[in-house]
Amino acid sequence: MYKILEAKFLAPQVKLLRLEAPAIARRRKAGQFVILRVHETGERIPLTIADSDKESGSITIIVQGVGKTTRLLNEKEAGDSILDVVGPLGMASEVEHFGTAVVIGGGLGTAIAYPTAKALKEAGNHVIVIIGGRSKEFVLLENEMKEFADEVYVTTDDGSYAEKGFVTDRLKGLIEGGRDINYVLAIGPIPMMNAVAGVTKPYGIKTVVSLNPVMVDGTGMCGGCRVLVNGESKFACVDGPEFDAHQVDFRLLSTRNTMYRAAEQSALAEFEQDHDDHECRLMKQADAQQSQPAQA
Amino acid sequence: MSNPLPAKERMKIPRQHMPEQEPEFRRANFEEVNLGLDATLAKQEALRCLQCTSQHCFIGCPVGVKVREFIDLIVEGDYLGAAAKIREDNVLPAVTGRVCPQEEQCEGRCVLTKKGEAVAVGYLERFVADYERTHGKVGLPPRAPATGRKVAIIGSGPAGLSAAGDLVQKGHEVVVMEALHEIGGVLIYGIPEFRLPKDIVRQEVDTMRQMGVEFRTNVVVGKTVTVDELLSEEGYDAVFVATGAGLPIFLNIPGENLCGVYSANEFLTRVNLMKANRDDHDQPVFDCRGKDVVVIGGGNTAMDAVRTSLRVGARNAAIVYRRSEQEMPARVEEVKHAREEGVDFKMLTAPLEFLDDGKGWLQGVRCQTMELGEPDASGRRRPVPIAGSEHVVPASMAIIAVGNGGNPLVQATTPDLKTTRKGYIEADPNSLRTSKKGVFAGGDIVTGGATVILAMGAGRQAAKSIHEYLETGAW
Repeated sequence: MYKILEAKFLAPQVKLLRLEAPAIARRRKAGQFVILRVHETGERIPLTIADSDKESGSITIIVQGVGKTTRLLNEKEAGDSILDVVGPLGMASEVEHFGTAVVIGGGLGTAIAYPTAKALKEAGNHVIVIIGGRSKEFVLLENEMKEFADEVYVTTDDGSYAEKGFVTDRLKGLIEGGRDINYVLAIGPIPMMNAVAGVTKPYGIKTVVSLNPVMVDGTGMCGGCRVLVNGESKFACVDGPEFDAHQVDFRLLSTRNTMYRAAEQSALAEFEQDHDDHECRLMKQADAQQSQPAQA
Repeated sequence: MSNPLPAKERMKIPRQHMPEQEPEFRRANFEEVNLGLDATLAKQEALRCLQCTSQHCFIGCPVGVKVREFIDLIVEGDYLGAAAKIREDNVLPAVTGRVCPQEEQCEGRCVLTKKGEAVAVGYLERFVADYERTHGKVGLPPRAPATGRKVAIIGSGPAGLSAAGDLVQKGHEVVVMEALHEIGGVLIYGIPEFRLPKDIVRQEVDTMRQMGVEFRTNVVVGKTVTVDELLSEEGYDAVFVATGAGLPIFLNIPGENLCGVYSANEFLTRVNLMKANRDDHDQPVFDCRGKDVVVIGGGNTAMDAVRTSLRVGARNAAIVYRRSEQEMPARVEEVKHAREEGVDFKMLTAPLEFLDDGKGWLQGVRCQTMELGEPDASGRRRPVPIAGSEHVVPASMAIIAVGNGGNPLVQATTPDLKTTRKGYIEADPNSLRTSKKGVFAGGDIVTGGATVILAMGAGRQAAKSIHEYLETGAW
């Protein structure tokens, strides 16, 4: 059992969980992930480690409630536990002195990119951060990034905050404005990462993306997470999760990620149904209590 | 010798048949196919043993089970004694009684095969192990006084468990580390319930816990902790690497990454470990109910995968194998069971391409027919394509079961551990010592994919060698 030390929402359905996992915290490097299983009948899912602390023996994950398991995680509070957590898995991010490095985070991706952005700064890079969100509430960690980054830009799809548009618009602006960019790290939804790769490719700017294929064991044993990189099958769990964006077959990745969509949707619907029932019952109980005359 | 019958009479008794679930029922459930002998059948079978002095059966056993002695105890009616006798050499009798290829080992060498059928050693082993589980207590072997020495075992599959059982009896502190959330390795994630019920594995693991073995799940050595750390700050005196051959080999043909194409490891892990076929479990697996499934390969894993696909609802399930049935490496019993359950065997058929339905999902496998030519390096006749024989086998799900390479996680973080060209760990064939002091390796990570019992044999061999090293300190 892995105890939850801290739990807080960062945005609607985006929750930060700090877990007690000293063995993982001890070795973890930016870019690595864990695989966890919430309870006995739960599935194994991979989640990037957003932060870790050797002293307190804890790791931080940030979970967006998009399916049954992530919604279950969203309901966890400090003091609760998670049954199984294994890691740190995958290769660490490549952190070098590149010169000017642009770190792009889309939605939850910002939280995943945060530790690498910080490490790139510590490695002596001029770090430019571009944060994208669907709307204002999905712009994560802006202040945290500003604490160390040399420049921080924010875009929202609907214009509810900062610049209206996509992260790629800002990136294009920087490149076309003549900025000499040596390295780009993009983490976020597949279409966003694909679009970033499209923007930097003509300029030959080294671009890295963190991929999120379906995984089971996380040790290279099942091959379920295979992605095509430069025409060659790679296992994201052991060879990745970060790959050269210009060589990744994004279309294949997004198709393979739909493999269990039907099962995922029905599990979520069932979860929401149960959840609503549960809430209804609680509300009815509350109503019943209120309607009872107070005892003297 | 307690057998009252003269040899001539013994040879008149026919080999007893294993009671089985009927094929039409079992192909739709995950209950065990073989139901096991009852005491009457077991005793009858035990009476067939000639108790010969040459003991070829014992010689043929990779872990050296004293076959003649335990069969003699069955004849006496001392079933618990027989189980204890097996346990002296084999920590997992209920497992090996079910999954060993006996026809190549103990039974293959039985003198009775000269005139008829071998004594059913496997059935008898299973009988006494099951009798022990259901009647009274398991007799734990005595444990030597604590030596104060610590051994880390990486991997909880058959090699690791077998080594752990022997080392703990010698008085060493033994910690088994497993990457997954459940102990047992391939016995849990690989071999299906209908061939090896998971409760049996759990019970065997519990017995080992009672013997004093400590198990730790969710530890990926190479990631969570390294071999060097185990030997230094973690204070282990020796490490046994028994990580198995967990790196699925793909075919490198077009379409292999389509949705619906699995490695056998993935498909079996989803069903066996994660129970993906059950509504009360969250892990998904491709829903092949009413659909066509193709499994590529001819080994035990291919048989497990194809029979599992029937049980999760496949309409048609076929084995595609590029050689003929004679060359198939699967156990005879597995092939027989698969055929009885309605598996279609497409022999001398080689896959060329997985076909896309236009939306990224599998719709069939383009294959070609082969014929057998001259023997190749493995001594088996080489399959040669027949011109113009290309055809499409319809399939919504394909499972690739053509073997495994060595999983590289431990080696990658242990630079002074020598590996072979194929990525397996180099170990001395007798001592199982690796190039790194204090580190031993055995099982599939050294030999490549083999059987449960060979891995268990390697585990015993490692335990003996590790014990010697801990006693003498000489490397």
